[in-house]
Amino acid sequence: MNQWQNFSKGFFKENAVFVMLLGMCPTLAITNSAINGLGMGLATTFVLVMSNLSISLIKDLIPAKVRIPTFIVVIASFVTVVDLVMAGYAPALHEQLGIFIPLIVVNCVVLGRAEAFASKNTVVSSIIDGAGMGLGFAMALTLLGAVRELLGNLSLFGFKFIEADGILVFILAPGAFIALGFMIALVNRITKKV
Amino acid sequence: MEYILIIIGTVLVSNIVLANFLGICPFLGVSGKISTAAGMGGAVLFVMTIATIVTWLIQNYILNPFGLGFLQTISFILVIAALVQAVEIILKKVSPPLYQALGVFLPLITTNCAVLGVALLVIQRDYDLISGTVYAVGNSLGFLLALVLFAGIREHLELMDVPKGMRGMPIALVVAGILALAFSGFANLVAF
Repeated sequence: MNQWQNFSKGFFKENAVFVMLLGMCPTLAITNSAINGLGMGLATTFVLVMSNLSISLIKDLIPAKVRIPTFIVVIASFVTVVDLVMAGYAPALHEQLGIFIPLIVVNCVVLGRAEAFASKNTVVSSIIDGAGMGLGFAMALTLLGAVRELLGNLSLFGFKFIEADGILVFILAPGAFIALGFMIALVNRITKKV
Repeated sequence: MEYILIIIGTVLVSNIVLANFLGICPFLGVSGKISTAAGMGGAVLFVMTIATIVTWLIQNYILNPFGLGFLQTISFILVIAALVQAVEIILKKVSPPLYQALGVFLPLITTNCAVLGVALLVIQRDYDLISGTVYAVGNSLGFLLALVLFAGIREHLELMDVPKGMRGMPIALVVAGILALAFSGFANLVAF
């Protein structure tokens, strides 16, 4: 597998949200606008790249039995970094994403890549894998956020197109489930031709 | 009275899964059959309550006095991971029947964001130890309720003639959306 395939698999073939159905909690919870989805996606990408980098560097030093707790500590450290940086430089976004920033720790995508990829591959491939997976995740979150914002508020990235009320339910919790359900069906339709 | 309001608020009004989006992975993953859903719910009830008490004590007696607030995420996740292991070992020794029922679900709980989420929310909302414990019990009962209801619907869904592209996860998500819509009817039951 060349590095381009390694990078691009996160977008389509193994997209975390639409194909692998990982990381569902942040996917559903914070995608009530495109900008929130993008912010969460980029925060997760940073954690993914940094944790993949560190874990592939120290993979030979970690005893197999305690590898999962080790991964979790590494991931939790970078999540704390993101949490504090975001609180300092983007307080509004930090307020919006709230508890879901610390919860990146238990995002299955991050631990999944550490276990399935970074603990077996070289540093360079692990960074590329993390970037691809993370940006694919960010893309999915931004898309879902854009769809919900467009339907629910008739706006995109905060720019309002029509001064009218949208379908409110898409901003609220139920709309998240319904919008994601139909988007996964659409992706199935495109990729598997059903 | 305050405690009853917390229970009603967490189970019905702002249900942990359907309104707060915590614990979606087990909600979608182990909701194929009612019996496994109930087992998972029971295991979460057990672990979430203990984890909330332990993390509350850590926050108020170790992190706060020593000014170590920035270690919150790392320490909580480690405590929860260790706690799940401990509960598994103790349960195996003390109560084999309970272990039989909950055992397979326990390792899955470490990465259940509902447990860490509730532990963090209790700290954020400044609950005292008893309110925090009640909040955790209420949330895990809400998780159990949502999981069992959803599993019941999915058992019926198996027999339905669903359009090809919607089969599996897409239709399950749409059903979850409708379930969440039903729960939003409780929205003004108590101010929470």
